[in-house]
Amino acid sequence: MTIALTLVRLLADPAGAGAVADWTSLLAAARAESLLGTLAHRLDGQKLPPKVDAILAAARADAAQARTQALWEAEMARRALAPLGLPAVLLKGTAYAAAGLSPAAGRSIGDLDILVPRAGLPEVERVLLAYGWEWVKDDSYDDLYYRRWMHELPPLIHKERDRMIDVHHTILPLTARRTPDAEALIAARRPLGDGALSILAPADMVIHAAAHLFADGDLAGGLRNLWDIDRLLRDFAAEPDFWQQLRERAERHQMLSPVLRAGRIANDLYGTPVPDGWRVWDSADPLFKARLLARDSWGRATRPALRLGFYVRSHALRMPPLMLARHLWTKARKAS
Amino acid sequence: MAGPRFIADPPEAAKAVALDGLTALYHRPSGLTHILAPPAPQILAALAGKPGDAAEIALRIAAEFELEAEDAEAAIGARLAELEAAGLVRRA
Amino acid sequence: MRHRLDLRIGPVTFRIGSDWRAPLDALRRLYGTYPAPDPVADFTVRLEAERPWRRFIRPSVAIRGDYILPDAAPSSLTHGLLAAEMGMNLQMALGQRRFLLLHASAAERDGRALLMTGHSGAGKSTLAALLGERGWRFLGDEFALVDLESGALHPFPRAISLKNEALGLFGGVAPERLGPILDGTPKGRIRHLRPNGEAIARMDEIARPALILFPRFGRDLVRDIRPVGAAEAFVRLTQASTNYVALAERGFDALSGLVNGAPARAIDYPDTDTAMALVDELWSAP
Repeated sequence: MTIALTLVRLLADPAGAGAVADWTSLLAAARAESLLGTLAHRLDGQKLPPKVDAILAAARADAAQARTQALWEAEMARRALAPLGLPAVLLKGTAYAAAGLSPAAGRSIGDLDILVPRAGLPEVERVLLAYGWEWVKDDSYDDLYYRRWMHELPPLIHKERDRMIDVHHTILPLTARRTPDAEALIAARRPLGDGALSILAPADMVIHAAAHLFADGDLAGGLRNLWDIDRLLRDFAAEPDFWQQLRERAERHQMLSPVLRAGRIANDLYGTPVPDGWRVWDSADPLFKARLLARDSWGRATRPALRLGFYVRSHALRMPPLMLARHLWTKARKAS
Repeated sequence: MAGPRFIADPPEAAKAVALDGLTALYHRPSGLTHILAPPAPQILAALAGKPGDAAEIALRIAAEFELEAEDAEAAIGARLAELEAAGLVRRA
Repeated sequence: MRHRLDLRIGPVTFRIGSDWRAPLDALRRLYGTYPAPDPVADFTVRLEAERPWRRFIRPSVAIRGDYILPDAAPSSLTHGLLAAEMGMNLQMALGQRRFLLLHASAAERDGRALLMTGHSGAGKSTLAALLGERGWRFLGDEFALVDLESGALHPFPRAISLKNEALGLFGGVAPERLGPILDGTPKGRIRHLRPNGEAIARMDEIARPALILFPRFGRDLVRDIRPVGAAEAFVRLTQASTNYVALAERGFDALSGLVNGAPARAIDYPDTDTAMALVDELWSAP
């Protein structure tokens, strides 16, 4: 069994820890997939070699601090945005942590991502700058790219705390072939605490995770994103009419195909319970699965041709062909 | 004219260690460490779980900390702005 | 990967993979007398050819591993030993979470440890190495590992990388302790010195920090000792740590305990003899 598959099986069934022969490789693969903290959380309480136990205990503590810092960024954003009275929806890792959802356990969390109404962007920009955030990129081409075509303001970073915030007004760029309905996402939000911050509705959260996994990136770190989807589907399965809601809303946001694919592959790799009708394989599934598992025992990404294919595909989804060509050309010229 | 009211987290939210006249503070909600000089630690203690403006704070800390009467509120106001930016106090 | 070497330095084991034999052979000669590595490695380092043909044509070593600096310039194969060292440094700097990591050198005498930290060129590596040749136990030249429960120092006695003039100070050591002469590196001439037998044999013995020094070297500096308060020492040490923030409250406890438990001094010195005398004076002071 390949190391990637060993990692996947162990996450799904922690009791298999006793059978692991090559911990060094497993830990390297977990780190490379940003899953070390998740693995550490899953294996908490299992009988492990003392060295492995020490490394994983340190990883759990590290994930806990990452969570504290991420929630603090959300709190500082709340203090800045609350007076505006407009919706601010937390996304991805910070949302899972703020709502106590199971993908948060052991998860590494990156920048703070929030979704706001497009009309609110100028005000949001103004208060964030007033509260100590400043622009990261000062390259004028990328600035234009971000504002006009991507789904976010150019990145902001806090002067003192050195942490980034990404402000989105939809969850895929405007020029993508699939265009989720941002207003519907915001309208269906679930408020947290005093309501200044919210999270997406359960079905929308799964749809966003699927968007992030398949349509938004080149699948690098996909096993981690797929794990998020597995955990969310388990968390939400008990919500009334969840699967039906998920299908309807996915159709509304033109995301049904990625959501179904995410469910199938999560079921295959992580054993996620999904409705029977979902388990019909599409001919492209093996390619996606292979791409997700393309990691070797030294932590290297493998299958370069497959990876390149997915990278080009992900940009093709974001931009019309001519624009993509122009963007890649300009990037290549600047890099040289 | 005492300015806005602030509040700080309750005492158990932070751990303070004395380091030769200054205070090293570990703020648990943020995971951040701050080095504070008087009267900042006294201001935080005065606002721990109870709101106050600069004038109220001046009264609360007068027992422990010598402040020049004229400058007191202005000085406290300036420290409050710094503490707010650091996330250690927020508007009440 | 084509070639592999596992290496243990103190409590940390590295799995090092390489597309070429030469860097690993050089590591084996330098670290041959070290105790056996742990079966489970803390970190993986990979010395990789940037492109498949760069294994042979103008070989260029990309330094990769669990943690990577995306825009790091590759190294030449002649300097493969340096690439391996940089690779291990990178894993420690970016990934170490079991101990509070300080960018400092350390040496031990009578169970108590001296920690030295400061900018590059301050001489902390050279001073620790010299102490190691003068009756002290060498604990490390680059990283000091502070235990998060007890505050004790764990030795990390890797081979010391000596630069340029510093090399002249170690003329008397046994030749088998010296690595190859590496010229033309970004820092000039470098040669590695293997710590002595005692440092290696006792690398699992912890020590209690007793004195923190901030040395400053300059040929025109006047010999000087200045006290450094605990708050200043605390701040300077957070600047010398890559993992302080990630370690949360345990890092805070370990560091505040360290600066409250060991006095700190800044010392200026124009030559190593003066530095050694300053250390002796401060070490025997009450």
